[in-house]
Amino acid sequence: MKTIFYLVQKEFIQLFRNRVMLPMMFVMPIFQMLVLLYAATLEMKDIKMAVIDLDHTQASRSLVNKFEASPFYNIIDYSASSGIAEEEMARDRVDVIITIPNEFGEKLNKAEPGDVQLLINAINGAKAGLIYAYSMNVISQYTAEFVSLKGVIPQQYSSGNIDIRYRFWFNEELNFKFFMLPGILVILVTVMGMALSALSLVKEKELGTIEQINVSPVRKYQFLAGKLIPFWLVALFELAFGLTIGRIFFDIPIRGSLLLLFAFSSVYLVAIMGIGLFFSTITQTQQQIMFLFFFFNIVFILMSGLFTPVESMPQWAQTLNILNPLAYFMKVIRMILLKGSELQDILAEIINLSMIAVVMLGLAVWRYRKTS
Amino acid sequence: MILIENISKSFGKRLALDSIDLSVKDNELFGLIGPDGSGKTTLFRILCSLLLPDSGKALLNNHDVVKDYNKIRRIIGYMPGRFSLYNDLSVEENLNFFARVFGTSIKKNYGLIKDIYKRLEPFKDRRAGNLSGGMKQKLALSCALIHRPEILILDEPTTGVDAVSRKEFWEMLSGIIEQGITIMVSTPYMDEAVLCNRVALMQEGRLLRVDSPQAIIDAYPKDIIALRADDMYRLVMDLRDFPQADSVLLFGQEVHYSGKGKNIDRDAIRKYLEDKEHKDIQINTISAGIEDSFLQLMA
Repeated sequence: MKTIFYLVQKEFIQLFRNRVMLPMMFVMPIFQMLVLLYAATLEMKDIKMAVIDLDHTQASRSLVNKFEASPFYNIIDYSASSGIAEEEMARDRVDVIITIPNEFGEKLNKAEPGDVQLLINAINGAKAGLIYAYSMNVISQYTAEFVSLKGVIPQQYSSGNIDIRYRFWFNEELNFKFFMLPGILVILVTVMGMALSALSLVKEKELGTIEQINVSPVRKYQFLAGKLIPFWLVALFELAFGLTIGRIFFDIPIRGSLLLLFAFSSVYLVAIMGIGLFFSTITQTQQQIMFLFFFFNIVFILMSGLFTPVESMPQWAQTLNILNPLAYFMKVIRMILLKGSELQDILAEIINLSMIAVVMLGLAVWRYRKTS
Repeated sequence: MILIENISKSFGKRLALDSIDLSVKDNELFGLIGPDGSGKTTLFRILCSLLLPDSGKALLNNHDVVKDYNKIRRIIGYMPGRFSLYNDLSVEENLNFFARVFGTSIKKNYGLIKDIYKRLEPFKDRRAGNLSGGMKQKLALSCALIHRPEILILDEPTTGVDAVSRKEFWEMLSGIIEQGITIMVSTPYMDEAVLCNRVALMQEGRLLRVDSPQAIIDAYPKDIIALRADDMYRLVMDLRDFPQADSVLLFGQEVHYSGKGKNIDRDAIRKYLEDKEHKDIQINTISAGIEDSFLQLMA
């Protein structure tokens, strides 16, 4: 026990003397959260629209007015022909083209369904999906108003009096930041914990200081514990720091128990630091291990559900996520913060992560050799 | 005492150690002399339980380096060839750390390192990375000694250190020997061999000769002369062409010469050199030094 304490103490002295790492520990969370959260938003603004109005009736004009009045749309072009508008889209100056055919107003007055064509630039699939959803919203609102105004009921509405009212649970305003902030916290804590501990071990290999440890009576598990504990504490501190920033600047809800979140994070950190330490036992230089991290973390992060829901991934990817610690944490941190989930809701995740933690730490201890 | 029996080690196809047999007595200052790549470091790493031998066995104070590695790590102090203390820790913090890792304290064993550490004490708050080469050696030696090892293994401790620090370092080793510790030290510098109780000459993974420095010198089989002339380079070249020449080696300002037979015909050499138009020729009979012996053994 005493030996581990001295190893941890040594690690902290080195960390606090490091003129790059120490400031980074504070700058990184602030920077990532403030900049990334504002920049990497999935909310659309300034959708550039081209209008081809072949109808020129009051009905068509009031539809266009609806788009104009919306804060999301910026109508940049009124063309007479589709050719010019399509060319503009090819040049990326237009995101969406709306074509209103010439019998549009007439049909609506006769209570027949009117056709409108939307051409959406789908270079960016996510953006195209959003534009479609927004546009449909505007058009259906317009239709509803038209109906109440004229007192006519178009055929497709005639059958029902269904009034759909919806509410978004757990994130009432569909605040994108509430969704992203926990995700960024996950990345932050992961990078801090995994990289710091593993790099500090490989650095000892590079500098040769590990030789002096290897000829000492320090046991393998003691040495690895000395590498794990300091950065485990640092990563938990980072989580607390990040949550504080989120609370102050973004008013992120904390509905569940913080104690549960930190308990879960503790298990999670042991798992990923186990992976990191295992990597550090099979590499010789910091360059090698950085490359390994890069490779694995890109896969882990993209599959974790940071941007895209895990549920919409193919089955094989979801199965693979059983081995992805980030996927568990990504899911659980959102559950606890936004939904207020309790221990029994995340029990399966805790068990799976514990197994990953035990296996990876075991592998690291087994693979670390004091003798070659 | 250190007992090495038939130790061999290969790296791939390259044979680094070829059936080494060696024994080092208790409280001996034993030197391992050999050029770079002769296998000194490999042998030391095996003795320190950092490397497993392919065959053979080694005992340090009756503990097997493979089986009893835990015990080995308590009774040895190892100073690797490369400075491997923590650059970002201060002198005192390094020493403290290694003392604690071995379950002891600076206070407890201060007597052992006092002579060495007192020269470092004015710099005890300086980071190890900012020390000079000689200071680093002293700190590394202190750290290797702080747990009062029975056997000290020093891998090329004086390589890359200035002449004054080298001399100081060897003086410190004599001080450690007085404390009853056995020391095994390697060096590529042949002149340091005479400072050891016994030396082993190593080349290409084999031990050429193990004896006291004096015995090795005495065993030099031939007469030897030292020559000087105005143009030393030409002197060496011409001497090598002399039909009776066996070994012609430049030592600083002199050329050491020995012939094919035991005796040297000095007049014949003087005449040969005068014919070659050398000026200021000086010929002195000398007794062989340790370097002559080593070079003769290695040839």
